[in-house]
Parts: sequence; C-alpha cells; structure tokens
Amino acid sequence: MEPLMAVAIGILFAAAIYMMLRRSIVKLVIGLMLLSNAANLLIFATAGMVRGAPPLVPKGMTAPAGAVADPLPQALVLTAIVIAFGVLSFAVVLVRRAWEIVRADDLDRMKDTDT
Amino acid sequence: MQLALLSGFVVAGFAPLLHRWFGARTPLVMALLPAFLAAWLMGLWPNVTSGETLLLEWAWVPGLDITLTFLIDGLSWLFAMLITVIGALVLIYSGEYLRGHRDLPSFLVVITAFMMSMLGLVLADNLVTLFVFWELTSLTSYLLIGFNHTDPDSRKAALQGLFVTAGGGLALMAGLVMLAMAGDSWSLYELVQRGEVLRDHALYTPMLICLLIGAFTKSAQFPFHFWLPNAMAAPTPVSAYLHSATMVKAGIYLLARLHPALGGTDGWVITLSLVGALTMVTGAFLAIHHTSIKKLLAYSTVMALGTLTMLLGVGTQKALIAFVAFLVGHSFYKGALFMVAGILDHETGTKDVTAMGGLRQVMPLTAVVAGLAALSLAGLPPLLGFVGKELMLAAVLEAVDWRPLLLALALVAAILTLAAAAIVALRPFFGRRQETPSTPHEPPRAMLAGPAVLAVLSLLFGLMPGLLDSLASVTVAGIALEGGEGGAAEVHLALWHGFNLPLLLTFVSLLLGLLVYRHWDTLRTWLARLDPLMKRGPEAGYDALMAGMVAFAYWQTRMLQNGYIRNYLVMTLLVLVGLVGHALFFRHAPEFDLVLSVYLHEAIVVGLMVAGGVSACVMRSRLAAVAAVGVMGFSIALTFVLFSAPDLAITQLLVETLTVILLVLVLFRLPHFATLSTPGERLRDLVVASLTGGLITLLMLSVLAGERLPRISDYMIANSQPLGHGHNIVNVILVDFRALDTLGEVFVLALAAIGVYAMMRFHASSQWTQPSPRKNDDD
Repeated sequence: MEPLMAVAIGILFAAAIYMMLRRSIVKLVIGLMLLSNAANLLIFATAGMVRGAPPLVPKGMTAPAGAVADPLPQALVLTAIVIAFGVLSFAVVLVRRAWEIVRADDLDRMKDTDT
Repeated sequence: MQLALLSGFVVAGFAPLLHRWFGARTPLVMALLPAFLAAWLMGLWPNVTSGETLLLEWAWVPGLDITLTFLIDGLSWLFAMLITVIGALVLIYSGEYLRGHRDLPSFLVVITAFMMSMLGLVLADNLVTLFVFWELTSLTSYLLIGFNHTDPDSRKAALQGLFVTAGGGLALMAGLVMLAMAGDSWSLYELVQRGEVLRDHALYTPMLICLLIGAFTKSAQFPFHFWLPNAMAAPTPVSAYLHSATMVKAGIYLLARLHPALGGTDGWVITLSLVGALTMVTGAFLAIHHTSIKKLLAYSTVMALGTLTMLLGVGTQKALIAFVAFLVGHSFYKGALFMVAGILDHETGTKDVTAMGGLRQVMPLTAVVAGLAALSLAGLPPLLGFVGKELMLAAVLEAVDWRPLLLALALVAAILTLAAAAIVALRPFFGRRQETPSTPHEPPRAMLAGPAVLAVLSLLFGLMPGLLDSLASVTVAGIALEGGEGGAAEVHLALWHGFNLPLLLTFVSLLLGLLVYRHWDTLRTWLARLDPLMKRGPEAGYDALMAGMVAFAYWQTRMLQNGYIRNYLVMTLLVLVGLVGHALFFRHAPEFDLVLSVYLHEAIVVGLMVAGGVSACVMRSRLAAVAAVGVMGFSIALTFVLFSAPDLAITQLLVETLTVILLVLVLFRLPHFATLSTPGERLRDLVVASLTGGLITLLMLSVLAGERLPRISDYMIANSQPLGHGHNIVNVILVDFRALDTLGEVFVLALAAIGVYAMMRFHASSQWTQPSPRKNDDD
C-alpha cells in the first residue's frame, strides 16, 4: 500500500505547489489546503500503514493484545489537521479582506498598490 | 607590561570620567600613561642595547596556543619608544588643538585605545596577537579619521581607509596562517630563526604575496597610497600621530620584522625595491602637486614610507642602517611638521599654503620649529634627516639589483622632497604678509611643546648621531638576514662622511629642489593639466570597485529579494530538490521496496483522493474547485478509516466539513479565478512542481525501504493505560504525554480566531479611517 500512497502523495504535493505558484490569490489558498493535506498524509503513511489495528487498549487490559498502528504519528497528524484548519481560515479571511480593499486578484499587482 | 598595556585600554574607557574630573587638563593627565610606559621602556635600555631579546610571556588562550607574549628587542623597542614618546606629545598637543571641543572625551578614548593597540602590535610575539592588534589599529584609525562625523567627506575618507587597510588585513591573516603552518610556530621569535625552512617552503610565494598586500595597504604603498592623503580629513593630532609617525609604519614594522625570515629572495628584493621606489617618487611628485599643507605632508609621508620599503628591499647592511636612521628621523620631523601644520590651520583658519605668508613676524617660535623640522625633511645638515638621507643614498649606490633605476628614482624623490620642505617652511613664514581668515599669533605653549621637542630631537640626534649607535647596531642585527653580511657589525652613525658621492647628490638635489620651489607656482599650473590623468589613478579603481560592489548588491537583491512569493518558492524548491536529490542518489544508493499489496477499494479511495487534488487545480470555477478539494479531504478521511486511525478520520471529517462551509460562505465574496500567467510560466511551474512531487515520492519510498529505529511510541503504547488511565492511546498522547504541544495548538487556534474576528469586524467601507494593510516594500 505504501508505494501507492507515495505516488499519490507526490502528485498531491505537485498539485499543491503548482497552485501556490499561481498569481491568483484564491488559487494560492487552494494550494495551501492541498499542501497541508499532503503533508499530513506523508507523516501518516511514512510511519507504516496497518489495516484493522487501531491504537486502542481493550477494556480491562493494560496494553493492546497484538501489534497496533503507531499512535504517535497519528497524534501529530491530528494536531496538524486542526492547525491547518486554523491557518486556512485565517488565510481565507485575510484574502477576502485584501480583495475588499485592494480589489486586485493578482499577487503581482498587490505588490505595488498603496491603497 | 601586559597588564600595563591592558590597563591602558581600561584608562581609555575612563577618559570621559577623567574629563569630568580634570576638564580641559585631561589630555595632560592622560599623557602620563605613555610617559610612564616610555620611562619603563627606557629602563630596559641596557638590556636592549646589549643585544638581549626579552620575551614576556603570558598565556592568553592556552587551548589555542595563543599567548600574549611580548617580544622586546632593538626593533620593537625602537617602535615602542616612538609610539609612547610621540603619543605623549600628541596627547598634550591635542588638549589645546581640541580645547572645548564637544567630542574631546571620546577623542581621548579612541586615541588612547589606538596607542595601546599600536604598542601591542609592535610588541606582540604571537602572530594571532599581532593580527588582533593590527586590526584594532585599523578600527581605531577609522574612528579617528571620521572624528568630524558630520562631514560626509570625513566619513567617506574614514570608510576608504578602513576598507583598504582591513581588506589588506584579510590578506595578512591568510599570510600569517601560512607563515605559521610553514614555520610550525606561532611565535615570531621562533619564526625568524627558521628563515631557511620558510624560504624553501612550497607556501613561500603565496605567503609572501599575502603578507606584502597586508603590509602595503597599511603602509600606503603604491597602488594603495591613495587612502593616506584622504585620511587627512582627521584632526591634525591624529594625522601627526597615526598617519605619519605610527600606524602607517605598522606595515614597515612587519616587513622589517619578517626580513630575516622571508627576505633575501629575488621575489622579496625586487618587489620591495621597485614598489618602494615607485611609491617614493609617486609620493614626492604628488606632494608638490598640492597646496593644502596637510595633503602635501601626507604625500611626503607616502614618499618616506616608500623609501623605507625600498631600503628593506635592498636589504644590505648599509640599507638596514639607513632604514633605522631614516625611520627615526622621519618620525621626528614629520610629527613636528604635522603639528606645525595644525598650528597654522588653527591660527590662520586655512590649510592652503598659498594663502599664507610672512607669518614669521607674528609666530617666530613656530617659524623656528618649522624651519628645523623642514631642514630635516629636506635632508640637510646638521639634522637627523640628513644622516638618514645620506645613508639612504649610499645604500642605493650599493644596491645589488636595479641600481641605476633606484638611484635615479631616489634622486628625483630627493629633489622633490626638498622642494616640498621648502614649500612647507618658507612659503607660510616668509614673503609678503597675507590676510588670513583669522588673525594669527603664537600658539599656546602646550601646542608648541610637541613640535618643539621633536624638532630639537631632530637637531640633537643630527648633531650627535652617535647616540643612536648602540640601538641601531642591535636593531640592524635583529633584522639582518642571518648568515648575511655583517649581522652584528658595530654601527657608527656620523653627520660628516667627508666629500663623497652622496654629499654631491645632496648638493645637486638642493640646487634643483630650490629651483623647483622657485618655479612652484608655474609648475603647478602646468601640472594641473595632468589632472584628468590623475583622476584615472588607483583611487578611481577603488571607486569603481565600490560602485561595482554596490551595483552587484543591487542586482543580487533584485534577483533574490524581488518580493514575488513564487520566485522565492521556486528558488527554495529548486535548492531543496537539488540538495536532497543529490544526497539521495549520490550519497547512498537508494533502495526501494516496491512490494505492493492493495485491495481494490483502497485503490479506489486513493484514486479519488488524487483525482480530487488534481481537478482542484484544473477547475475553472471556484465552486467546483472547492468541491474537488472536498472530495480529496473526504477520501483522506476514508483512508484514515481503512488504516487504523479512527481519531484522525473523525477529525478530518469534522474539519473538512467546516472548511467547505467556510469556503462556501466566503468564496462568493472573493474574485473569480483568473488566468494570469503565460503558458511558459505555467510550464515552468509545472516542471518545478513535478520535480518536487517526484522528490517527495522518492524520499518516502527510500524512507520506507530503510531500516527503522526502535519506536518511541512503544513506551506510549505500553504505558497509556497504566500511567495515563486511557484506552485510546492517541488521545492519551495528546492530552497527557504531549499535553504541552496541545496547549500550544490551542493558543494557535485562539490567535487565528482572534485574527479572523478582527478582520471580519473591520468593514471595507472604513478603509480610509483604518490603517491600510501593510504595504509590501517595493525594493
């Protein structure tokens, strides 16, 4: 499964970077979303993907019975998903605000607009 | 002694406090420091003249083999004595010169610090110590030249001096390191005894080049001579002290010090003789070109420095004796003349010699002092300058290489120097009395004391040069080539050598020099026609270099810091791909484990994910793009479900839902997608993106194939229930094992929420009353 994921993640990264290189600010936001998702998947998949063994301790036991999926990357990714959402909402509102004031969708034109 | 030196820096720091206590008398109080050091050096006179070499050792950085060892032999004693004696006189002088000046305390700080640095330089035995003090003199010199910091010319000259000397300092450092490597020692004392090894070493030539660049820049040798006259923007005490008597001689000191170790080779002899002779003539020629008394003196200093370098290049015993005599003579008369120049400037309000005349009536004492010093400069009997010049001519007459050329240049320099001396001594004091900006009268005693003492010393040593015999003997022995002719021979300096060729040459130069003086004004107008040529001199090269550097910096900034986010991204990504890719493929051969076990439904989920991501890029409608991103997000949630990450799946679902809602709410207030880039740009971006994506894939594959270290999560799995009392290990990690991280995350979210709220509250209509969004800097 991991090699397939590796290819998929590579494609998502490429898509994210392509969008971030656009001059349109809305596309930049979309690129940001793709990037955070791709990065989360990268952390998750690199730790090894295990089917049907969630990191849970059954009731009445002190440790999982057999091997379980690595909980640490999951914890990291969980944090990252939430942070990414925070960043995204901030970015979206910022872009909206900039658009309202500057009325320019083009990052290059924003560069030398004073208003 | 080391303590005395370091305490000197401390005293320098206390100068403002002393100034509060003693007021205008502070310079006199501070002059006690060099006077005390001079007295201490005088106490070493018996040891030094008996040919002893004193090594005062004090470990500074023992781990790096850096010691603050002082090496006191004839040469360093001579230099140290000049530094302390002239230092004391200059301090006394500057008290009057800068009386009531707002920045007098800071001036005293810097000049005392300079004095100590210079002393450290000539006394240092360890190469690192020497270099540190060397750079300190450059820095303090920078501060002193730029003393009138409100004057742009002053600042420019200071910067120029710093660039040239510190640039040479870099070369010097390389040279010193090579020297230490080749000689296997950091001690000058040991290195000068290993001349044989050093001269045969493979590093000899690069070492010599680097050391010479260092010494030549510091001592204003051609083609680096231009910074010295510009440095005359400094107050006159500084010019008298740093730029004639001491600092510019640091390079000369270094050359003399290294002469036994590196001298005697063809490279040394030819380079030093020719550069020295060329500098000598250039200096003398440019001196009579100027009417500003300080510039004139500055160029004649260049001439003297060239002479000293040439003598070291010739390197015979006679040349070295001449070197010592000329060095002492020059320090005396040039210090005196600069101080006289300061007096004239102070009293008349002008620096232009052509604007002065007949001052002898109002300033008789100054006129006498100036006359004595100028006679010494001109090299006329019975002054020390005469002794030095006679010896110099005699040495050149016996030079081994290039004798006719050196002799001709020396004669030209002597004629022009005589003319310069006449200009300085006769022009302001004799002739018709001229109106000057302020009414001159005899300067205060403290101001006249310095030049008077130096002029009298010139006369005294001129009449009785024998006083210098013992010192000259040990100094010459110390800097002569070992095994070379006459290392320890007794030196007898005398005023009168009988009728010989040097005397004849002096006579010739006297006649021709006076002739030049007589026709100076016509000569100058004639020389003015050469001005366009002068503007193409080495200084133009310096200016071009500076302008080029600034232009390069502009260009580079425009290239690298152009303000376009995508250019930054492209550059960063390409560097990333280049470096990581290089490491991945060339540092260790990549191994990929491509065993694939996939169920159909998994493949479909991954396929949906990729399709969502890619179509988000190609959709032309904003809503469709958001929908595509949503598809991708939910596929990712499904992936988490399939691969044992229920918590992630829940979070992803929640966040994805929220994101879609947010985007839909905000999106229609946003602009439509626009196609702004050209196809070429899109292709470039596609290539960069694909390269990066490909790199990530390869990187991940090689990580998967690589060996795994023991997981830290084993501890968390084992202790989640016993220690954390939780059955969901991921949750326990978040709220227990790594609770601080989660707290940080909460803060980030709170900040983002505040930011979002703030931006929503300000309406676009209020844009004129609200501060406008931060403008991107254009440059």
